[in-house]
Amino acid sequence: MTSTDENKKYLLTGNEACAEAAIQAGCRFYYGYPITPQNEILTHMAIRMPQVGGTSIQVESELAAINMVHGSAAAGARTMTSSSSPGISLKQEGISYLAGSELPCVIVNIQRGGPGLGDISPSQADYFQAVKGGGHGDYHTIVLAPSSVQETADLVYDAFDLADRYRNPVMILGDAQLGQMMESVVFNKKCEPDSFKKEWALTGATGRKRNIIKSFYPVQGELEEFNAKLQEKYSLIKSKEVRYEEINTEDADIVVVAYGTCARICKEILMKNKIPNIKIGLLRPITLWPYPSQVIQEIAGKVQAILTVEMSAGQMVEDVRLSVSGRCPVYFYGRTGGGIPSPKDIIRKIIEIIPVKEKATCAT
Amino acid sequence: MEAVYKTPDTMIDTPTHYCPGCGHGIIQRLIAEIIDEKNIKGKTIGIAPVGCAVLAYNYLDIDMCEAAHGRPPAVATGIKRVHPDKIVFSYQGDGDLAAIGLSEIIHTANRSENITVIFVNNAVYGMTNGQMAPTTLLNQKTLTTPQGRSEQCDGPPLRICELLSVVGGSRFIARASVTSPKNIINTKQLIEKGFKTQIQEKGFSLIEVLSPCPVYWRMSSVESIKFIDDEMTKTFPLGVFKDWESQN
Amino acid sequence: MSEKVILAGLGGQGMMLLGRLIAQAVMLEGKNVTFFPSYGTEVRGGTAYYHLTVSDEEIFSPVIEEADALIMMNFPSYLKFKDLLKPNSMLFVNSSMIDKIDNEKNIDVFRIPATKIANDIGNVVASNMVMLGAYNQVKNLVSIPIFLSCLKNVLKGRKEPFFEVNKLAIERGADFIKNF
Repeated sequence: MTSTDENKKYLLTGNEACAEAAIQAGCRFYYGYPITPQNEILTHMAIRMPQVGGTSIQVESELAAINMVHGSAAAGARTMTSSSSPGISLKQEGISYLAGSELPCVIVNIQRGGPGLGDISPSQADYFQAVKGGGHGDYHTIVLAPSSVQETADLVYDAFDLADRYRNPVMILGDAQLGQMMESVVFNKKCEPDSFKKEWALTGATGRKRNIIKSFYPVQGELEEFNAKLQEKYSLIKSKEVRYEEINTEDADIVVVAYGTCARICKEILMKNKIPNIKIGLLRPITLWPYPSQVIQEIAGKVQAILTVEMSAGQMVEDVRLSVSGRCPVYFYGRTGGGIPSPKDIIRKIIEIIPVKEKATCAT
Repeated sequence: MEAVYKTPDTMIDTPTHYCPGCGHGIIQRLIAEIIDEKNIKGKTIGIAPVGCAVLAYNYLDIDMCEAAHGRPPAVATGIKRVHPDKIVFSYQGDGDLAAIGLSEIIHTANRSENITVIFVNNAVYGMTNGQMAPTTLLNQKTLTTPQGRSEQCDGPPLRICELLSVVGGSRFIARASVTSPKNIINTKQLIEKGFKTQIQEKGFSLIEVLSPCPVYWRMSSVESIKFIDDEMTKTFPLGVFKDWESQN
Repeated sequence: MSEKVILAGLGGQGMMLLGRLIAQAVMLEGKNVTFFPSYGTEVRGGTAYYHLTVSDEEIFSPVIEEADALIMMNFPSYLKFKDLLKPNSMLFVNSSMIDKIDNEKNIDVFRIPATKIANDIGNVVASNMVMLGAYNQVKNLVSIPIFLSCLKNVLKGRKEPFFEVNKLAIERGADFIKNF
């Protein structure tokens, strides 16, 4: 791939689409370290960045990568790093510094199984780390969870805009399935990186007062004041940037809440009407932070039950329960360690939850 | 009347938070003088470390960025790659550069990033109250080496200039001290050379400066100057270790 | 229409290329496609397998639990995936490397001596393209010229000299089915 034509369809892996979309979005500084299952991002950047006059460095460590992102973001550029779970753990200190310094950047986590070295299979077990602040201090990253290759590309564009708009790190939370899978993708989103004026950036203090990028507030009271300002920003993001996809939730008996790869699998059950006697809805969070709590709360008042499906031992389900606040029972079905929930397993779980009406059958 | 000695334009005219007898103030003043003399105030970007010098941006009137502990070379890389026409330097202590950030400094040198590093070696962790640094001398007492640094337990002091001079990508590596007017002038010349290395796009330069920490050495200012001249320089000899100009 | 295929073979038998060609070709014909390769350590000499889903509609689950077809290049692959065949599905095997088949579900089996055919035309590596020709002749997914233009795209530059033999392999695979 040497250039992109906005009308053309490309067959790409999620990883490649993610990298190419970053380039289309004006990212010119990428820093990465090899780790499966996200290596195609590094490879794509190594080929494409020189073609567009950008920089792609294979760094000595994840620490170096996230801190080079810190430097390039401070210098006012669109910048990105990517990794998979163990590597993202290493970046957490840096992400806290980026949030504390209010620097815009994009971090991609193509999740694999954990804990520890785990395996290289798909997983969604980094949810807590991504949305609850994986590093130290009171901060949030905006977390976007695509569920197809096209949506990966689309959300990468949005990630750069959101990062610049709020001066905040944004995470793309994918998984090995999404990263490795090939689908058709078009790159036709308009992107205007220059529309965000970065007067705070370090460019050399010529003709203006000097700028300082810092997260250190040693004087009593200053840090609390700064944190209050951060929280205000987070409230604004919560009020404006929640995104989700909602299908058939109106008169559903049960609503499934799932994101990313799991949401696709759940969608198959709904769309192919696999359990004709039970009305099933789907709520797919696209932003994991801010979380679509409000809509889940509304749904909870109307359904018999909510089922959360994840590739984890139960992480997002905690946010679902918080949103539901006891309005309806919340059930969980999860697989870990590379297990991908199958439609059959989810159907079995749904039939178990919803008292079997007469003739409720499973048409798998 | 013409002023013959004044606060450099790049130096903010304010008392520093450094302890009496500390070398940081002198070294930062030298940097400010050089920036003035080279007329590069509007195009210089500095990186402050975690450590005693974290507030360097309170004294240097230029664009500056903080970095996580040990990571100034990575942050400097990220900035320099965006602005190759700007002068980018990191200012780091011995814990920051030689302990937690050893990987970053070696790889940044080896990529020959066109940046300048000012490495202040005072053989102790100052900000955290005086623990052993990688550069603490053998038998030197610190909070964490109450009986003195033992080679058997802690290993010998790490010599950064010697280490980096064998790294392929490094271009200018030198060690100086700030114990006398003569040594301070020499330090300034070496830092100037570091900036020159960068301005001429020759690649990575690092100037190590032996600097006193009377408080955590439990010495008077005068004793600590003598300690550098008589003791520290035995382990850390002054001089130029690598120079792109004399190599050609 | 919807077609779920699993392709599997020994690492090096060209299953990735085979899958990509089908995926690229059906994409050009306006269909939705999801191609999920196995990755990691097992692609070095072990069984390399790929899930390929083609559909006129949106594709949901990318993981195939019941296949419409299997394209199996060697015996271990066949053993690994045979249980995913559903009634009325089709099995395409490289009979040069797979001889025993227990056809319990009584499905259509196409035994194609792909390695032998490829060897006969002078390039044993083209066995994947023989399977492609055969599979497409049965399923009629894409017109041959589209496959060839995709193939040309893939074999640009250094690999260009291999175009002709691959093209021939596709034709021989198709011919084999015509005379089946």
